[in-house]
Amino acid sequence: MSSITLDHHADRSKMAVSDEVAIEIRNMNKWYGSFHVLRDIDLTVYQGERIVIAGPSGSGKSTLIRCINRLEEHQEGQIIVDGTELTSDLKNVDKVRSEVGMVFQHFNLFPHLTILENCTLAPIWVRKEPKKEAEERAMHFLEKVKIPEQAHKYPGMLSGGQQQRVAIARSLCMMPRIMLFDEPTSALDPEMIKEVLETMVELAEEGMTMLCVTHEMGFAKEVANRVIFMDAGQIVEQNEPEEFFNNPQSERTKLFLSQIL
Amino acid sequence: MTDLSFVRSDMLPERAPPANEVGMVKWLRTNLFSTWANSLLTIAAFYVIYLVLANVLPWFSGGVWTTSSLSECREVLQGEVGGCFSVLTERWNQLIYGFKYPVDLYWRPNIALLLLAFAAAPVLFFDLPRKLLLFTAIYPFVAYWLIWGGPIGVPVTAFVGILGAYLVFERFNAANFAAAGLAAVAVAFSLWFIGGYLVDMLASDDPLLTPVASRDLGGFMLNLMLGVTCVSLSIPLGIALALGRQSNLPLIKGVCVIFIEFIRGVPLITLLFVASVMLAYFFPPDATVDLFLRVVIMITLFSSAYIAEVIRGGLAALPKGQYEAADSLGLDYPQAMRFIILPQALKISIPGIVNVAVGLFKDTTLVSVISMFDLVGMIRGPILASQEWNGVYWELLGFAALLFFVVCYGISQYSQWLERRLRTDHR
Ligand SMILES: Nc1ncnc2c1ncn2[C@@H]1O[C@H](COP(=O)(O)OP(=O)(O)OP(=O)(O)O)[C@@H](O)[C@H]1O
Ligand SMILES: [Mg+2]
Repeated sequence: MSSITLDHHADRSKMAVSDEVAIEIRNMNKWYGSFHVLRDIDLTVYQGERIVIAGPSGSGKSTLIRCINRLEEHQEGQIIVDGTELTSDLKNVDKVRSEVGMVFQHFNLFPHLTILENCTLAPIWVRKEPKKEAEERAMHFLEKVKIPEQAHKYPGMLSGGQQQRVAIARSLCMMPRIMLFDEPTSALDPEMIKEVLETMVELAEEGMTMLCVTHEMGFAKEVANRVIFMDAGQIVEQNEPEEFFNNPQSERTKLFLSQIL
Repeated sequence: MTDLSFVRSDMLPERAPPANEVGMVKWLRTNLFSTWANSLLTIAAFYVIYLVLANVLPWFSGGVWTTSSLSECREVLQGEVGGCFSVLTERWNQLIYGFKYPVDLYWRPNIALLLLAFAAAPVLFFDLPRKLLLFTAIYPFVAYWLIWGGPIGVPVTAFVGILGAYLVFERFNAANFAAAGLAAVAVAFSLWFIGGYLVDMLASDDPLLTPVASRDLGGFMLNLMLGVTCVSLSIPLGIALALGRQSNLPLIKGVCVIFIEFIRGVPLITLLFVASVMLAYFFPPDATVDLFLRVVIMITLFSSAYIAEVIRGGLAALPKGQYEAADSLGLDYPQAMRFIILPQALKISIPGIVNVAVGLFKDTTLVSVISMFDLVGMIRGPILASQEWNGVYWELLGFAALLFFVVCYGISQYSQWLERRLRTDHR
């Protein structure tokens, strides 16, 4: 498993965790048909936390974070995001989605729109912002992810790493309070992984609440304040990164770490 | 083992390619005479082309354009090879407008055709200013009034009804999509009802434009009218059916699936016979629904089922991630469809939609079977049956083929331009 070393060390002093709850998951269960993917998930995420979720393939990591913005529906228990409970009420779903940004493994940029249009579409139509304002902010975030000069190109003309940074900028343009990442670097070459991880480190330094499914354990050590290990649809172990890597408790965690490190 | 190390001491200069690898010679060699078999094929193909031209060209150049019957043609030709194209000049008006449309009113469909160019331009070429779409929106009503004439209140009422429905829908759409849709339909029908009364009351005996009945339409004009109307109606209907077929609501999905499968399983000609004789049963007894309208309904339903399937293919080709990205950004269903899904799905579907559109346009000639006198109907009926022109098949049918070919080839060229214009990947 790859382990990319980041050029600059994350400045942990800026990453403050408040005691305000961002996400509260209580006793959540989910089934795909009769297959029990997520079992009794209990998780409280505070504002400003950077959580890395790790675990073997098929353990339900993606499903868990996709439940948080209701790309998947849970069948039992509660998910409360920023005080809004996710129910079948579409208003709540829309409210949660407007506060939670998501970055996918395969970027999922809109190929028929330019980079700038990718970034302004949702602000203009969902947040009802004037076009000019939306474009200014989009340029601000594109500068932040270091690709303002690509604004008028189409996604197909960019490298994978650039596309993923656009995807991050696109989410940020909606001014989310929480960012979800589902293996944002697994489809990238090592050089590009670094670009994307560095963007994510900067985001963490600005105090963004982040939930990140990743196999980049270097990133976890550098940035995360908590690592969650999942297996067979359950949270098996969670701890601070230092403890998690140096002193794993459960046998499954030990086995998993011995395989990837 | 020999020594594997090698260092180039002087760099090679650039050279021109060998003479037989450039220009005309190379082109001929690679494209026409690359192997013995290909050389033989090339020669055979040239011979076939020669045979065709040797027969067709004299037929054209020796053609007669000014006589007034086939027998006169024969006299002029004296057994020489030559087409009797006089039928085209002598019956030009009938071929284009049919034989009943009043001659002194030909300017009206002509203007309607001219305006069509302006109405279609902003739809076909979306780089043009969007304001031009306003004209496109009123064009159908203007064209109706020009071609059919009669009291101006009829198209105005139709327009006001639709405008009212649109305004109501825009006003309430944000609050509730379904309720806004129902309210819009209700508003449209009440406006039409009231308008119908007013039109009846105010109708003068002598309207500005003399009314022309639908059964007086004919010729290539009728094919164009049916083609344009049915294509522009069946694309939106096809989109709606394709989306309906994907719906999570079993009722909507079921209705769309049954509709599509039923319509696709029935020959168009059957539907046209239904339109000409049976559809009257489905309307209120005193309503005399125009034959043109009935035919438009049937052809539209028919091609929309095909277009729906083409678009369904486009929708299925989109990765699930596009829907998820749209959802995760908080776009609602209409927004996701309008900005993300449909633009991409329709782009993929262009060749298929054009295929259906070209087929539809050619199928408009089938109305000749239910005794409407479109271009083919005119040729088979009044012209070939007339004493003067009985027997002039090649010239007439060739002319019909040429007209259809020009339009269909135009559509096909447009679609290829559109595909290139919309290509945003791998540039
Ligand atoms: N839409 C679906 N329908 C049925 N089963 C599914 C669906 N999506 C995922 N699963 C199953 O649910 C389980 C958990 O999937 P999930 O994608 O959450 O795993 P993951 O931990 O993200 O794995 P990976 O590291 O491979 O991405 C897997 O066994 C998978 O096969
Ligand atoms: Mg996954």
